[in-house]
Amino acid sequence: MPAMTRTATLKTEASNSLYRRKVKNKYVLFFMALPFLVLTFVFSYLPLHGWLYAFYNFRPGIPLSQTEFVGWKWFQSIAANPTQTGEVLRVLYNTVGISTMNILVSVLPVAFAIFLVEIRTEWFKKSVQVLTTIPNFISWVLVFSVAFNMFSVDSGMVNRVLMQLGLVDRGINFLATDSHIWLKMCLWNIWKTLGWSSIMYLAAIAGIDQELYEAAKVDGAGRYKMMWHITVPGILPTFFVILLLSIANFINNGFDQFYVFQNPVNRNHIEVLDLYVYNIGMVGSNFSFATAVSMLKSLISVFLLFVANGLSKLIRGESIV
Amino acid sequence: MRRAKNNSDSLLFNLCNYAFFTLFTVICILPFYYLFINTISNNDMSSRGLITFLPKGIHLSNYIQVLKIKGLALAAWISVARTLLGTVLTVVSSAFLGFLFTKKEMWGRTFWYRFIIITMYFNAGIIPWYITMMNLKLTNNFLAYILPLVISPFNIILVKTFIEAIPPALQESAEIDGAGYFTVFTRIVFPLITPIMATIAVFSAVNQWNYIVDTIFLMTDSKLYTLQFVLFRYLNEATALASLIRNSQGGITIDVSNMQTATSVRMTVSMIVVFPIMFVYPYFQRCFVKGIMIGAVKG
Repeated sequence: MPAMTRTATLKTEASNSLYRRKVKNKYVLFFMALPFLVLTFVFSYLPLHGWLYAFYNFRPGIPLSQTEFVGWKWFQSIAANPTQTGEVLRVLYNTVGISTMNILVSVLPVAFAIFLVEIRTEWFKKSVQVLTTIPNFISWVLVFSVAFNMFSVDSGMVNRVLMQLGLVDRGINFLATDSHIWLKMCLWNIWKTLGWSSIMYLAAIAGIDQELYEAAKVDGAGRYKMMWHITVPGILPTFFVILLLSIANFINNGFDQFYVFQNPVNRNHIEVLDLYVYNIGMVGSNFSFATAVSMLKSLISVFLLFVANGLSKLIRGESIV
Repeated sequence: MRRAKNNSDSLLFNLCNYAFFTLFTVICILPFYYLFINTISNNDMSSRGLITFLPKGIHLSNYIQVLKIKGLALAAWISVARTLLGTVLTVVSSAFLGFLFTKKEMWGRTFWYRFIIITMYFNAGIIPWYITMMNLKLTNNFLAYILPLVISPFNIILVKTFIEAIPPALQESAEIDGAGYFTVFTRIVFPLITPIMATIAVFSAVNQWNYIVDTIFLMTDSKLYTLQFVLFRYLNEATALASLIRNSQGGITIDVSNMQTATSVRMTVSMIVVFPIMFVYPYFQRCFVKGIMIGAVKG
């Protein structure tokens, strides 16, 4: 008996001292995390001070204290100056158009997953999954290199094959034209991400209760019926989350893809917000105006995030952030 | 009768299904195969467009010659260095910070955790970011490749979720024995979270290897160009590339039919950029899937 009590006291003492140490250590833990918090502050929060530059007439090389304060001039110029308004509208149009197309084709990975599980040959299924995921892991520069080597006028594979087959006399210029740019960007995006995006849905399908299929089979449901009434509803929640996330990212359609594919010919239709900001800021050296546009974009994107989150709460009863 | 109809229906379905997936897989892989056979084939035949499906006149001189081009070896070295250093720092930092955030007694834990997670949904914009980097003297500085990418909220979520799924008794028993946080981390937690660290390592390495935005914005010094950036320039600046090739071939006598052309250099550099991805890819395929599944649970 005494032995047991002693163990008990020892235990409480141990956990008491552990508790005391934990209280004492709460700052130790914080200071251990501090270097990482500082890094996050420097690279994610500190850039916010750059928004100040939108209210000045900033030229690189001259310190901010010696530049002229212009107030809301750059923001007003977006609305007041017709050429500027036209430019911004054109860029917004491109951004919205390309994002809309990408949202429309986001059902493709769902279909890809649904039809892939219908394939019963395991090795074939596995190989398709592995090989179609590869393009997702290469950079947009490399995608451009692929595009260049496949589609360029004089040395592209596609043009060579077409000419050898006698289907065309001269190479078709796929890259340096202004036609169907949104469609082409959308197709490259599908090529790069279709296999990868479907992985999430394949996992969702694997999580569907197999008894549902058994029960449906007993009730006489055929293959299509089961696909439509069991698989599709089973992955709809996953699709919905992805859809909401893409609404939240509606105006962030990326920089790399459009940067590598842009050329003087297709600029009118390829310039999305991020690329436009780069072109006027880094190439055109109009830092302050670029910052103003950049700032508006950040604010709209936070607004869209709240919209998507609100929608999610309304429909699914839980938030996405 | 009905059964027969069902069977032929099913056969047609299967046929279309197999045909579609075969076609799409070929489209995904063919470009890489085409680039590869052209880099190892006779350059003269390649430039006349005779290499479409099978390699002819196999040689490896493209790969040897291309590294002699001024600046290319250095760019490869920069790419490798940023990938290795960046990945190691990211993995260790994510693991340690994720571990610290599982400790409920940390001062202001919820606040600081949110402080990091919020950055996933919000950024100041690319030009303000550039101005900050300029003010911090991180333009034309190798550190700019590594430091901004060390803390990624997504990785922190992955590690935290993973550690929270480990029975807490393991850590508590060590703590009762008097082990400090650092000892608990290195001796108990670190060995247990290797699967998630492998996932983060792969994601981070692929990201570092592929990242080009920082080079575009911050680097004007050609000594700091990465392989990706050099490849992009080669794709765009045909004349500059031609003169580089002429210089690199000066004085060396090689088989005329295997003289380098702008196209052969572009293809070879592309392959050099793809190879590392292809090598790690099959091995780590499982990691990717595991990683996104854990991420999906948290959302």
